[in-house]
Amino acid sequence: MEFVKEIWEFIQNQVLGMQWLRELIGNGLAVAGLDLSSRAGGSILFFLYDLIKIAILLCLLIFVISYIQSYFPPERSKKILGRFHGSGANMVAALLGTVTPFCSCSSIPLFMGFTSAGLPLGVTFSFLISSPMVDLGSLVLLMSIFGGKVAVVYVVLGIIVAVLGGTIIEKLHMEKYVEEFIRNASGIEIDAPKLTKKDRLLYAKTQVETTFRKVFPYILVGVGIGAVIHNWISEQWIEKILGNDNPFGVILAVLVGVPMYADIFGTIPVAEALLSKGAQLGTILSFMMAVTTLSLPSMIMLRKAVKPKLLAAFATICTTGIVMVGYLFNLFQSVFL
Amino acid sequence: MKIKVIGAGCETCDKLYEHVREAVAETGCDAEVEKVEDLLEIVKLGVMSAPSLMIDGKLVVSGRMAKKDEIIRFLK
Repeated sequence: MEFVKEIWEFIQNQVLGMQWLRELIGNGLAVAGLDLSSRAGGSILFFLYDLIKIAILLCLLIFVISYIQSYFPPERSKKILGRFHGSGANMVAALLGTVTPFCSCSSIPLFMGFTSAGLPLGVTFSFLISSPMVDLGSLVLLMSIFGGKVAVVYVVLGIIVAVLGGTIIEKLHMEKYVEEFIRNASGIEIDAPKLTKKDRLLYAKTQVETTFRKVFPYILVGVGIGAVIHNWISEQWIEKILGNDNPFGVILAVLVGVPMYADIFGTIPVAEALLSKGAQLGTILSFMMAVTTLSLPSMIMLRKAVKPKLLAAFATICTTGIVMVGYLFNLFQSVFL
Repeated sequence: MKIKVIGAGCETCDKLYEHVREAVAETGCDAEVEKVEDLLEIVKLGVMSAPSLMIDGKLVVSGRMAKKDEIIRFLK
């Protein structure tokens, strides 16, 4: 048992957390004459270490994940979902959401494809909630920063929010708030191209290239903000707003996070810095969920497919769910860290 | 030959369209390139991920970018 634990700790700290990289950069900076205990030195170390670590993780993760995802194109998810009914369908939708490739620009064709295939509205929404909020990438990334327990619980709670959210939308019978042209559209079944192993590798490689280009600016900004928080913002101040002292910390974090658009890779360094400064775990995780799940651009996009009432219901349900997850994590913080 | 580049207004879709035009110009093949951006049209085609590439009604690229050389191979 001891042995297994040691191996896990090694994976946690050195492989996923890349502590060796931190030491390497730290030594390099020290040789260059930088005082790492100074504020500026600490910021530079945080910036370089986090930027390189996240960039490496991003490329490796996207490659592996895209390879897996190439087995689950949305056309296939649609067919699979057609076979399930009731709350089982919501569950499967939430799980498929974690492995189906998702980009906000294809959320509308996806929504329309699902709806025109006759899938219940709630099932479609379970998918739409889980797809940006929880994916395989966030699982590994969270493991690298917060540890395995937090990562697994984050994913499980994310899926629960997606299943419940979809079920509530189903129960509200909001089908009439889907735009007419989508309800009337009848899509046809087409065959997705047959992929060989070479095709899948090519797909994974292309995904790494396009994702890296798209996400890198967000990482840069995220790590920059993280570096500032890490060394320049006072602990008392963060504790007061996002720590134990403020019972409304979670709500505040979610309200700030909802309109923002960023990738999970960009939010992680901010979360990491806030945690080290005494912000509560649940407050940080709910901030991350809010940023990745809801954003102004995705709402504008979704508005093309659904009427304001359904859009408002979707936003309210997600926000409430995320706030509850935040408080739950704060309540049991001592178990996780 | 009828080529459809399918996807509504994302950056990758525009790039794929560009690559297709270049590939067609380079091979000099007789192809009609159309950019499908209307959401309703996209659903009618049964496509669910953007960007996608359809040649004579057959989906050859789904939900990813393709480079010029690869598209040239499809055209042959």
